[in-house]
Amino acid sequence: IYVARTELIFTVYSIRARLRGGAVRDPVRRKTVEAPVIVSDWGDSPSVVEATMSDCRRQWNREDELPVYLAGPINTGPNQKKSYGMFSSVEGAFESKTIDFDNYAVGRKGSRTPRSGSRERVLDAGDPMGKTSSEAREGSLTNSTGETDDAHPGVESERLLIKGGRVVNDDQSLYADVYIEDGLIKQVGENLVVPGGIKVIEANGRMVIPGGIDVNTCLMKHYLGTQPADDFLQGTKAALAGGTTMIIDHVTPAPGESLLEAFECWQEAADKKACCDYSLHVDIPQWNEIVKDELELLVQEKGINSFQVYMAYKDVYQMSDSQLYEAFSFLKQLGAVVLVHAENGDLIAQEQRKILGMGITGPEGHPLSRPEELEAEAVFRAITLGNRVNCPVYITKVMSKSAADTIAQARRKGSVVFGEPITASLVTDGSHYWSRNWAKAAAYVTSPPLSPDPTTPDHLNTLLACGDLQVVGSAHCAYSTSQKAIGKDDFTLIPEGTNGVEERMGFVWDKAVAMGKMDENQFVAVTSTNAAKIFNLYPRKGRIAVGSDADIVIWDPYSVKTITAKLQQSASEYNIFEGLECRGGPALVLSQGRVVYEEGKLQAQQGTGRFIPRKHFPDYAYQRVKFRNQVNRQQGVTRGLYDGPVYDVVPTPKYITPAPSAKTSPISHQPPPIRNLHQSNFSLSGAQLDDNIPRRSGHRIVAPPGGRSNITSLG
Amino acid sequence: MSYQGKKNIPKITSDRLLIKGGRIVNDDQSFHADIYMEDGLIKQIGDNLIVPGGVKTIEANGKMVIPGGIDIHTHFQMPYRGTTTVDDFAQGSKAALAGGTTMIVDHVIPDPGCSLMAAYDQWRQWADEKSCCDYSLHVDITHWNDSVKQEVENLIKEKGVNSFQVYMAYKDYYQMSNSELYDIFTFLAERGGIAEVHAENGEIIAEEQTRMLQMGITGPEGHVLSRPEELEAEAVFRAITIASQTNCPLYVTRVMSKSAADIISQARKKGHVVFGEPITASLGTDGTHYWSKNWAKAASFVTSPPLSPDPTTPDYLNTLLSSGDLSVTGSAHCTFSVAQKAIGKDDFTQIPEGVNGVEERMTLIWDKAVTTGKMDENMFVAVTSTNAAKILNLYPRKGRIAVGSDADLVIWDTDSIRTITAKTHNSATEYNVFEGMELRGAPQVVICQGKIVLEDGNLHVTSGVGRFIPCSPFPDFAYKRIKARKQLAVLRAVPRGMYDGPVSEFSMSRGGTPSASARNSPTKQPVRNLHQSAFSLAGNPAPYGPPTPDDIPIRPAGRRIVVPPGGRSNITTLS
Repeated sequence: IYVARTELIFTVYSIRARLRGGAVRDPVRRKTVEAPVIVSDWGDSPSVVEATMSDCRRQWNREDELPVYLAGPINTGPNQKKSYGMFSSVEGAFESKTIDFDNYAVGRKGSRTPRSGSRERVLDAGDPMGKTSSEAREGSLTNSTGETDDAHPGVESERLLIKGGRVVNDDQSLYADVYIEDGLIKQVGENLVVPGGIKVIEANGRMVIPGGIDVNTCLMKHYLGTQPADDFLQGTKAALAGGTTMIIDHVTPAPGESLLEAFECWQEAADKKACCDYSLHVDIPQWNEIVKDELELLVQEKGINSFQVYMAYKDVYQMSDSQLYEAFSFLKQLGAVVLVHAENGDLIAQEQRKILGMGITGPEGHPLSRPEELEAEAVFRAITLGNRVNCPVYITKVMSKSAADTIAQARRKGSVVFGEPITASLVTDGSHYWSRNWAKAAAYVTSPPLSPDPTTPDHLNTLLACGDLQVVGSAHCAYSTSQKAIGKDDFTLIPEGTNGVEERMGFVWDKAVAMGKMDENQFVAVTSTNAAKIFNLYPRKGRIAVGSDADIVIWDPYSVKTITAKLQQSASEYNIFEGLECRGGPALVLSQGRVVYEEGKLQAQQGTGRFIPRKHFPDYAYQRVKFRNQVNRQQGVTRGLYDGPVYDVVPTPKYITPAPSAKTSPISHQPPPIRNLHQSNFSLSGAQLDDNIPRRSGHRIVAPPGGRSNITSLG
Repeated sequence: MSYQGKKNIPKITSDRLLIKGGRIVNDDQSFHADIYMEDGLIKQIGDNLIVPGGVKTIEANGKMVIPGGIDIHTHFQMPYRGTTTVDDFAQGSKAALAGGTTMIVDHVIPDPGCSLMAAYDQWRQWADEKSCCDYSLHVDITHWNDSVKQEVENLIKEKGVNSFQVYMAYKDYYQMSNSELYDIFTFLAERGGIAEVHAENGEIIAEEQTRMLQMGITGPEGHVLSRPEELEAEAVFRAITIASQTNCPLYVTRVMSKSAADIISQARKKGHVVFGEPITASLGTDGTHYWSKNWAKAASFVTSPPLSPDPTTPDYLNTLLSSGDLSVTGSAHCTFSVAQKAIGKDDFTQIPEGVNGVEERMTLIWDKAVTTGKMDENMFVAVTSTNAAKILNLYPRKGRIAVGSDADLVIWDTDSIRTITAKTHNSATEYNVFEGMELRGAPQVVICQGKIVLEDGNLHVTSGVGRFIPCSPFPDFAYKRIKARKQLAVLRAVPRGMYDGPVSEFSMSRGGTPSASARNSPTKQPVRNLHQSAFSLAGNPAPYGPPTPDDIPIRPAGRRIVVPPGGRSNITTLS
């Protein structure tokens, strides 16, 4: 099957190449290439930049000698100034796609607009508190030599032109220049008219992709009073070094803690420290009325549209099925995406007890007590709940083949479910839990655990390539070895989490694209675009288009590096991918229109990261749900009233056999009025002293006056 | 309750019987042979048997002679809110015999909180008094604690019960949590019992029921709307997961939907020891009738899990039954009169659950599976009788025509056609969920305990002759594989040197973040204390000692690392 799939991918490639080649030979179109685009609405004196890219482009990509995009129709009328080169195949199509940012400014109106935001934040970064801690850390880093505090970003960093790159979005790849101003993409196309004196980055035909979005990081997850080694500063630096320009972190309130307070705490910390844009998921540690109110507030005013619930961690975070049902229903009304940590916590607790009882206390007890079946079971249950409530479900951390298969099957049946494998599950497997080196074995501890089946990464990459899994996170939650050692005598105490934020994009390229499973567009989709769509950031993030944020990566598919803890940005002293070779990596990273990483040098700036609020009801998840809501209206059958004989139920039932959960449905708490009436009939026939005593099992049938009517007879 | 059997068949002749010229069909092979029975046992099988003179001879004329059916799932005389099902053991077992079933296995349902043993005794008493055919009992575990544990052990050891049903539905009543299920399965696996499970997600059902009633749906269609087949499939999946964790054989009662059956067949392909039991109703009819305008008709189909509204379900289940993915068939015969069903006329959650099917079971499978070419006659014997006998550890006493087996036989007429109707059936109810169906295949002669009970269309049953057949634990059919796996699946720890690197300071009082259920496992506590005391030796008195809630917020986020004297050792460095 695998061979067949690769063949298929190759066929697709060659067809695509052929199509391009065919169009190239169109002589009429080729001419239009030379026509310069004049953009005249810039304040500065416009200078015409000639198209000089074609040379290097030919050099760099022999496959498509002269891409068809160069031959896009270009207007020569008065409307010409609004032309975006090949983008305007339908005139004016672009206006509507430009984002109205006021829409996004939920809850923080006026305080910050995206453009001025970064400036202000730069000044904030000068506060001594944040500095000292960051400098203290920098000393230990080997690779952050270029880290500078650029307190007054000049004009050149605000205005940038990326020339001669191949812009790769999730739907198509095309040759175009990208002009960036004030942290936004202002123009995409050929022969852009840009102001003079701007900084020009020569992409030389390399891929220009939207910056990665890491949908799952835990940079502040407390564990027994200790914090992860990577905080927002270290974590986002590592992210940027790996080509990820936005992270979505998990707010993990302790049980009983207020969600809102935890959110504010996280936001405060991230505003101070984050070097790239970020957003937040909020985890729901318990379910009650207060939480409901807080959720509503978070969605309506704070710009949060995703919440995680737990099916594991018994007696701590775990929710019962009923609670999950309520939570799903409630979050659906709010238009939020439900993230699920899917593992059967009850069984894990039992297994842990059993395995500790057997004297297994090392890290191998972790996967032994959390076999992949328990993950698959919980995924199945979560999807069932999602189907019943008709609510989109997002499974975080897909770690095993069976869990991924369950998701793939459910999608075939039409469920709205998304699966997120993480860097670790795509690259490595759980055989390391049996390592003789305790520290190494403990480094792999995460939940759900990595599957000991060594074919798992390959399988997950395949499902990711074919679209059955949608997004890649990293679940980056790095604890140092000494923190892991909290559980040296008991594996259940080992803090859970692996690294991966820096390696995420590189390994997806290495394992999926370089292996021929995935094309570059799908690569962009799974590392960035799908995440932006699911969490309603699209097209501000996750796409290179006019009006989008200038979070851009120039990707070098040929770079090869060996992963090692010595060279990583993360502050932890281990790396679970230690020694693996990874093809593909970022050559240059732009965050908010500023170069933050170039040729191995990181120039991240603490505190520049903005909180990106997200609106509820993301179309990508909720459009289908809305239609289903309209279709799936259940209706009762209109019948005549049953007027046949009714068996008299003993009021104080001694035997209540299968009265299915009669007691839980509040409506059946009190006997319906009709039955009471009915019972009062009985008392007319003469109340007895022993009325309260349960009657013997004899039948008492009340025949209504006039006998049985037609409606009840069996025909 | 017909007692005419006593006078019609004199005892002497009925004790010795010869069936001549039949084709014996077992689950493995078919062959032509005569059968001689004496004292309720099969004494000889073969050609030209030497038998005493004057025995009654039945000419089979080349017809099939099959082992009597075993209905592995009935609810006769089941109490419900002060009433009982209309078919008691006499009426029910009479219907069973009329359909070619010579043994039934009834479910003992103790009230939650009541003694299992007392309920068992009660059922034994009822059945011994009235049953017309041999019977055995499952016991349902409706609550779980140490005394129940003891009772289950006694039931297995002394009372001849080897199968216990647990419920994943009926929230706040019978429903067991996952942890309880784990405990029960572990316990049964040790004692050699079969874990039977009523698989539906009770919590979601409760929510859905509330929702349906709020929407104003109170009729029987609310029953199926609130119990969609997904919930059945989900629970089956979960039950299989738990069973495979505990290495316990699992038996799923009442497989009613395609998706549940699919899950079972997938699990079997992965090697799980799991058996699925479709029932007569799910093999014969579908859930479209819940939308009948006739309330009484719609209510008569109410059972749990409900019949699937998908009309292709019966065909699909018959296919899986034929391919061996589903193993046995029951009837879940549990009949309430229309008046009893009408308890729930204004609220579908109050409708007593149960359908008929004990009489129609064998005929229906013959018609739906064998005459359609899905199944051969040997498989027919397997799913109606032999597999059940194997699971209950009654094989080869029951479920096989062999020398020494009980003389429970049926001469099967493959050509007869009859129409099912409530007017002629032997159950006491006034409806039949298979009403109007034309079914091919029927028993011509039924022999139970060596006595003819059905001949020429006349039923001669004797109430009270049914014996209790004890089932012993560890049936090979289920446990052979389990035992082998138990020996293989021994978990071992990795022998490592002691970790002697730095350990980060931590406070246990912190409202646990993913310290996965650290607090549940009692074994940990001593280890941890020891650990902490070791630290105080390293000379760092202030921060140690019992952490108070106060000192958590004050403590800065920075890590505090204690370096042990002697520095880091090799064992902790990363290679």
